[in-house]
Amino acid sequence: MADVVPALVLERVSRRFGGLTAVNAVSLVVQPGERHALIGPNGAGKTTLFNLISGELRATDGRVRLFGEDVTSLPPHTRAARGIARTFQITRLFPQLSVLENVLLGCQALDGRKFTMYRRLLSHADLVEKAEALITRFGLAGLGGERAKNLSYGDQRKLEVALSMAGQPRLLLLDEPMAGLSSVESRSMQAILQKIDASIAVLLIEHDMDMAFAFAERVTVLAQGSVLVTGHKDEVGANRAVQEIYLGTTGEGSGA
Amino acid sequence: MAERSEALQGWRLPVLVVLGVLLLAGPPLLTSYWVGLLTQAVILAILAMSLDLLLGYTGLPSLGHAAIFGVAAYGVAVLSTRYQLGFWTCVAGGILAGTLLSALLGLIVSHVRDVYFLMITLALGMVLWGLSYRWIPMTGGDNGLSGIPSLEAHAGLPFSGPIAFYYVALFVFAVSGALMAVLVRSPFGLTLCGIRESEPRMRSLGYNTWLHCYLSYVLAGAFASVSGVVWAYYNSFVSPTYLDLTASSELFLMVTLGGPATLIGPVVGAGVIVLLKNVISAYTARWLLILGIVYIVAILAAPKGLWNLRRGRS
Ligand SMILES: Nc1ncnc2c1ncn2[C@@H]1O[C@H](COP(=O)(O)OP(=O)(O)O)[C@@H](O)[C@H]1O
Ligand SMILES: [Mg+2]
Repeated sequence: MADVVPALVLERVSRRFGGLTAVNAVSLVVQPGERHALIGPNGAGKTTLFNLISGELRATDGRVRLFGEDVTSLPPHTRAARGIARTFQITRLFPQLSVLENVLLGCQALDGRKFTMYRRLLSHADLVEKAEALITRFGLAGLGGERAKNLSYGDQRKLEVALSMAGQPRLLLLDEPMAGLSSVESRSMQAILQKIDASIAVLLIEHDMDMAFAFAERVTVLAQGSVLVTGHKDEVGANRAVQEIYLGTTGEGSGA
Repeated sequence: MAERSEALQGWRLPVLVVLGVLLLAGPPLLTSYWVGLLTQAVILAILAMSLDLLLGYTGLPSLGHAAIFGVAAYGVAVLSTRYQLGFWTCVAGGILAGTLLSALLGLIVSHVRDVYFLMITLALGMVLWGLSYRWIPMTGGDNGLSGIPSLEAHAGLPFSGPIAFYYVALFVFAVSGALMAVLVRSPFGLTLCGIRESEPRMRSLGYNTWLHCYLSYVLAGAFASVSGVVWAYYNSFVSPTYLDLTASSELFLMVTLGGPATLIGPVVGAGVIVLLKNVISAYTARWLLILGIVYIVAILAAPKGLWNLRRGRS
């Protein structure tokens, strides 16, 4: 393991908003291909931590390394070029554009052809094929011509994830992809997540403990901006502090 | 492509055919007054389409776009009257002046969005207008510059007269329109729509959105310059009014009234504004007041613009 370059290394990363320390000296290592769940109560700082990793926010302290490279001061688009992609807790699509156009924007984002001006986009057959394959894979077949804003909420969430996968990332950050979905939609989303290529490292924020433990082998619990505990899901599930503070009295984590 | 396959739905195709026939075959049957109006509409349509790249497609509301157009027109005027340079030098010089200016201003304006973009383009437009007004040795100040040679004399064309000029303008319009139509359907064109729809998402997907906005601004400036050059030859005269806020507002209205992000809409908008301006000016001097009323009526009756009227559910 020692000579494998980790996908992500956080070294005592902090972020303050005025007097509030939303993320407090968080250290974390995610290996290539690892499935890692990030859990914690509302307001624990999970989304803020994602923003620090993807570059939407700058860390006030600490360092962020992607695949061995220090990216602490890089903006989001150059971090994306280094293999990171994310979804947003609150869906961020291109509402007036069609589903196909949405996914095409993802497919060409890291392709030099995004600057091509003299040729119709739809004549780039390989890009269109790739986008359509992705649309089918995410269960949106037949909806390619529909505007994103006209999709059902469940389909919008699928599109949200499809967009993040379009650039073939090596590290994927998923911010509560299942939140707000019906149980049927949630199961189909889980099936999609299960099928993500094993070489891609995935960091998942998930509210539902069972889902988090079913998806990931490693789990980090965040509380009030700090890491409460991190490790293999069995250790984390068995941890007393986690059971008391986060799981309350149900104690279901250990068996998941 | 939801937006595009709908482009010619319903009444739009017949209207487009009628407009096309009118533009192509109309002028020989019209009086020179109407040929003049049609020529103005066609030249300003290039300008309106260029603003549509910024306003409609990229979502950057410029209130100083007429200044770029004006600088290109001044380029032609200065080069042809003060330096007596040849036709192609003047054309290239005018286009280059406007485009280089956009490349320079773009470095500043591409950093801001929304109402800040509106205000900074407004301010820069005012500065340029002030320059055209005050830099008297070069621009002639309030009097403007007259004596730009006629197109046929300068370019050595074998034909002359308003109808010939009209067809030259129509040709430039058609070529510019075709180039812009290809542009907005290209991979780059889609990135502009993406920025309009959600710039943060574009950044997280890996787009340097600053660069895309900058390129959009420069391209829009280049097409505005083409329009300015033709306008200079049409009027054989330039003055600070080309750059002023009224010009930029009229232009803004052409795009919003016609229907942003359609290219055709702004062409229709240019026609409507040119028509209204000339007809109404015959009766009253309160053109600005009328312009404001048209704006309000347009926003109430056709909030997405004429070309998007009765577009259906989506
Ligand atoms: N942009 C911001 N400005 C100020 N406070 C913020 C901002 N973003 C998040 N916060 C605060 O940081 C804390 C953590 O928020 P967040 O990361 O969204 O939590 P979580 O995703 O774990 O629910 C919250 O108290 C929230 O109010
Ligand atoms: Mg959150």
